[in-house]
Amino acid sequence: MDNAATSSASASSTRRFPRLSWGRLGLLGALLSNRKAAIGAGIITFFVLVAIFAPVIAPTKDPNRMVGRPHEAPSLEHPLGTTRQGQDVFTQLVWGTRVTLLVGFVTGSVVILIAVIIGITSGYVSGWSDEILSLLTNVVLVIPALPLIIVISGFIDRPGPMTIVLVLASISWAYGARVLRSQTLTIRHSDFVAAARVTGEPTWRIVLFEILPNMTSLVASAWIGAVLYAVLTEATLEFIGLGNPNIVTWGTILYWAQNNAALMTNAWWTFIPPGVCIALVGFALVLINYGIDEISNPRLRTDRVQKKKKAKAAV
Amino acid sequence: MRFLGRRAVFYLIALFVAITINFMIPRLMSGDPVQMMFARFQGRMDPASVESLYKTFGFVDGPITEQYASYLANLLQGNLGTSIAWFPAPVSQVLGVGLAWTIRLLGVATLISFSLGMFLGIRAAWKRGRFVDAFVVPITGLFGAFPYFWLAMIMLYVFALKLDWFPLGHAASLDINQDWTNPQYVLSVIYHMILPATTIILTAVGGWLLGMRNSMINVLSADYVALAQAKGLSDRRVKYAYAARNAMLPSITGFAMSLGFIVGGAIVTEVVFSYPGIGYTLLTAINARDYPLMQGCFLLITMAVLGANFLADAAYVVLDPRVRS
Repeated sequence: MDNAATSSASASSTRRFPRLSWGRLGLLGALLSNRKAAIGAGIITFFVLVAIFAPVIAPTKDPNRMVGRPHEAPSLEHPLGTTRQGQDVFTQLVWGTRVTLLVGFVTGSVVILIAVIIGITSGYVSGWSDEILSLLTNVVLVIPALPLIIVISGFIDRPGPMTIVLVLASISWAYGARVLRSQTLTIRHSDFVAAARVTGEPTWRIVLFEILPNMTSLVASAWIGAVLYAVLTEATLEFIGLGNPNIVTWGTILYWAQNNAALMTNAWWTFIPPGVCIALVGFALVLINYGIDEISNPRLRTDRVQKKKKAKAAV
Repeated sequence: MRFLGRRAVFYLIALFVAITINFMIPRLMSGDPVQMMFARFQGRMDPASVESLYKTFGFVDGPITEQYASYLANLLQGNLGTSIAWFPAPVSQVLGVGLAWTIRLLGVATLISFSLGMFLGIRAAWKRGRFVDAFVVPITGLFGAFPYFWLAMIMLYVFALKLDWFPLGHAASLDINQDWTNPQYVLSVIYHMILPATTIILTAVGGWLLGMRNSMINVLSADYVALAQAKGLSDRRVKYAYAARNAMLPSITGFAMSLGFIVGGAIVTEVVFSYPGIGYTLLTAINARDYPLMQGCFLLITMAVLGANFLADAAYVVLDPRVRS
């Protein structure tokens, strides 16, 4: 299993030369000069701003407050109509951005922290502790996560966002850990790590300052992937009624839409906008990851191929 | 064969871990698990049956090791307890019905999305920057970012409710004789499967496609591919017999990770389409606070996923001669 564990992502990032072309801005600068990643980052920035300025964009004391008649179609007063309970969908959408993004980014960050610790440790220390950590990683990886999360949430009555973060994080770190482990294995045998060891650097220094910086793009893409997974899974759990339906998130708006037969009553404004928002955030994250992939593996870039062809055609 | 043997041992360990998690979950929750899990059986079953149900989940007097032994012993006999939602049917019977539907739906959808993803991935890598590479790749990527359940809702809204092309849910018409020898019934089953299967395919194909494309691009720059072309082999031969066969290997290994996501997607798709598979059963169990059925669903889904992974490993052996030795 281990020899085949190198996915496309880990196979790509051993090439370290992009660091030269990244210039002074580092990974971030390289990302923003990649068109796909720049679009993705733009969309994410937009939603982060919406989340921060929610009280300015849609001033309200409580987004769950009843402000209109049930299932009003979009109008000037309610730009995205109202729900069955007469709540303003636009207001809910704006405020829902907060919890949705917060849960997504917090979970993604906890997941990547666990993945980095377990992945690099098991890649760097060989022997039986690696065997045990890899076994643990592979077992967690192969046990289907969503059913397990659903069953756990079924036993906890109406878990809040923080509980969802904890449950999600404790089950979803395995993919990242495995990718990072195989990359650590490759880097461990390189000359600069050997040199650091010979000069007597302590292990934690080697891991933090020699190995980790060489996996920046891999860690970044695993982090983005974890955030995407968290956003989608959170929405899914809330949609099937396993979250706290009184906390406004994009997932709970969809839960209420489904429970109030929004499909049957043609109240499209209650279920199209939150889904579009989730999909936009998801798509933005996917775009950023395409960008990271293209930066760390120049072969995957399409722009260059097209330019070459154009140049040939011009001759 | 040693490879497959090692994998089998690994899956047994994974199964054992899943069983242990199942045993632990009720015991980690706050409150009295016995009260929580079995209160709703009181008055519906005679005390002796309730007593034997306790044993099934290991709630016997004694230390936790003894409880665990009782739980394992019952599990090995295939005893998963009694369902509350479908009282008095045993959990295993309820699960059997659901599993059959899920395997049909998910089997068809996975097979189609995998083949389609492989085929399109090969095309995208072979003709860089052309139609498949420039348009199909980003569009399937967009679908992959959609929440599964939302795509299912939109499909249901557009194709079943607005256009009325497909049924609103369930696995077959109720007014047809439920008999597999009845061609009308088979047609009805296929007809009901189209919309949920398309949803799963749309969300799953992007991952296979992108993985195959990237891996194929790397393989295409290998020397042996250049040699094959220099020998004057046909494009077809180079593409499929030389490059694709090797480029597929990471996708097969990635099957383990992908299957978890696909199963998750299938669960919510079943919920939206009221498709009577295991995912729908799981949700019914949650809503009915049917704890024995919930635990049974988790175990069964895990076993199915492990089994599918083992099949993927067997496929790996066929494709890669290096692991055969």
